[in-house]
Amino acid sequence: MAADDTPDTARPRDETVDVLIIGAGASGAAVAWSLAETRMRILCLEQGDWIKPSDFPSNGRDWEARRYADFDISPNRRARDTDYPINDDNSAMKIANFNGVGSGTILFTAHYPRLHPSDFRVKTLDGVADDWPIDYWTLEPYFAENDRMTGVAGLAGDPAYPPHRPTLPPVPLGRTGTRYARAMNRLGWHWWPSEVAVATTEYEGRAKCVNLGHCTPGCAQCAKASVDITYWPHALRARVELRTRCRVREITTDGRGMASGVVYYDAQGMERFQPAEIVIVAANGIGTPRLLLNSASARFPNGLANSSGLVGKNLMLHPWPQVIGYVDEELDGDRGPQTVMWSKEFYETDPARGFVRGYTLQFSRGTGPANEAITSAAAGRLPWGKDHHRVYRTLLYRRLMIGVACEDLPEEHNRVTLDPVLKDSHGIPAPRIDYTIGENTRRMMEHGIARASEILAAAGANNIAASRVLNSPGHLLGTARMGLDPERSVVNAWGRCHDVKNLFIVDGSIWVTSGGVNPTCTIQALALYIADNIKQRLATLFD
Amino acid sequence: MSTGEYSSTGLTRAELRELNRLAAIAVPASAEYGVPGADDAVIFADIVGSLGRDTNAVREALGLLRDIAGGDFAGLDRATAAAAAMALLGRDEPAIAALGRVMLQCYYRDHRVMRALGREPRPPYPKGHDLEPGDWSLLDAVRSRPPMWRDRDQRGK
Repeated sequence: MAADDTPDTARPRDETVDVLIIGAGASGAAVAWSLAETRMRILCLEQGDWIKPSDFPSNGRDWEARRYADFDISPNRRARDTDYPINDDNSAMKIANFNGVGSGTILFTAHYPRLHPSDFRVKTLDGVADDWPIDYWTLEPYFAENDRMTGVAGLAGDPAYPPHRPTLPPVPLGRTGTRYARAMNRLGWHWWPSEVAVATTEYEGRAKCVNLGHCTPGCAQCAKASVDITYWPHALRARVELRTRCRVREITTDGRGMASGVVYYDAQGMERFQPAEIVIVAANGIGTPRLLLNSASARFPNGLANSSGLVGKNLMLHPWPQVIGYVDEELDGDRGPQTVMWSKEFYETDPARGFVRGYTLQFSRGTGPANEAITSAAAGRLPWGKDHHRVYRTLLYRRLMIGVACEDLPEEHNRVTLDPVLKDSHGIPAPRIDYTIGENTRRMMEHGIARASEILAAAGANNIAASRVLNSPGHLLGTARMGLDPERSVVNAWGRCHDVKNLFIVDGSIWVTSGGVNPTCTIQALALYIADNIKQRLATLFD
Repeated sequence: MSTGEYSSTGLTRAELRELNRLAAIAVPASAEYGVPGADDAVIFADIVGSLGRDTNAVREALGLLRDIAGGDFAGLDRATAAAAAMALLGRDEPAIAALGRVMLQCYYRDHRVMRALGREPRPPYPKGHDLEPGDWSLLDAVRSRPPMWRDRDQRGK
């Protein structure tokens, strides 16, 4: 258990900083960049490394194999020394993340939808969960600012969203998108080119996408907008300091119950104390509750900022079944950004469907030669033995794949706790995940699978099959939710912890509900919004 | 082929012989398609050299194979060995999935296999790929739809 005061003098103590940010991912980078203009002394501690473009798998012939090795989405499989283990044995979905400068944006598909206005009002509109204390329109200017910083490819005019204008032209439809589009038009269902964080033209010094087709495990071309190449260069030029391979063990508090700094292990493994006037946690929906729970003290015996008891609870992971089919012509395969378009036809609630809320359909281009073989053999589509080569040639580059991005409602029994046994390489207790899929979500999944199957049939696909084996898409949400009531939330409407007035949380932990979209864009808009609140309230920030 | 040179990879020589025979059955050479089998010397060396995180899983799978084969899989006649291999590869177990993955991830990057499939054997970067722009007029039907989003706050409509 942590001391309830500034730590003892036995460990090295660094110079006090004004703002300490924990985590250099999507939200940490955005908040660092935004706060830099205050000229406060800002330090970010990141447990991972910088990843060089030349390190990414698409540089080598083994590019597909490395998705199952050092660029696997599971930290348990990847097991880099910068990763921490996660006990997800009791979770219906296995956890995905990445630890390094850029964090999850290194390993994301770059699919970049915003939350919808209705996502902030689920209680009022649909009678479930809770409304957010803010709305879409509060975030709208921050969405726009984030789009400018990121460089978002897309097309204005989507009737599923309030008007906004992506910064860059959309990714090509390609053969695959054209096939999907014709099917959707036959069905009369909504579709639109996806907004993706990919530079489809040169943008802010980043090279144009050349369709490496391997967006998820990093972009060697630097066309994908991971924050190590968007926000961080600007933040560093504005004198924000970023220290890598620094793993924070706990946030310390002083006699007034204010955050006084953090204890961390530096790149040499030495335990150090970093004092700070303001602490901002940006460690994702699992890393953040883990850190707060590991920061328990005499004053905060149930974990820091946890008087509500909600730290770690209401974990939302976005169940994401996929439906696959095969057509009789060669399509795009692994050529080009994987996500090509979305459909919001079933996003808003229709009580006749038997569930509330809804889902996005995410249309994928295909996959590469090795991954086609591996996944199809595992699914039983591709036989071993004498018929292997014939069947393989009916699959390669003929795949259509639709993901069903289901809204995951908050349930307190879905939670992050500290594992009593498992520890990371520094001896810090690891997170344990207990997670089940709710009944509303199960009905939504089946509805989405049925609709996606209809689409694939309309596209002329055969061999249609759904995968219900769910791996988390790395969307880690809801475990330190925002709200106006300190008994029902962890942070207030602008990210400050109710219990600790100089402690802020800016990552996906603070989400009240999950929507049915990839969260990165909204996570970053929220971080910019919270940073703006900090800047505007500096004189009274701790009142 | 000799498998002695792989003995430093974490598998015993006996295990390497079993894996080699299994690879030949799982992904056989084909004159019809102009491809080598997964037991081809170059491909098999790549498989064995790439076991890495999967070494223990592959050992476990080979142990299961021995159980199915009733002992020495490498010494079985062709038909019995094929039956044993198919029985193993048909199982839905993590170790079997890992075994399949290590064979296929190497097989489908071999330059001869890629060429037989009409693919250029190269990494994606730096050349990238061409992609057809597609027919954006397909979107006209969607553009004409009224707004679909709900806005309880009524600030955007």
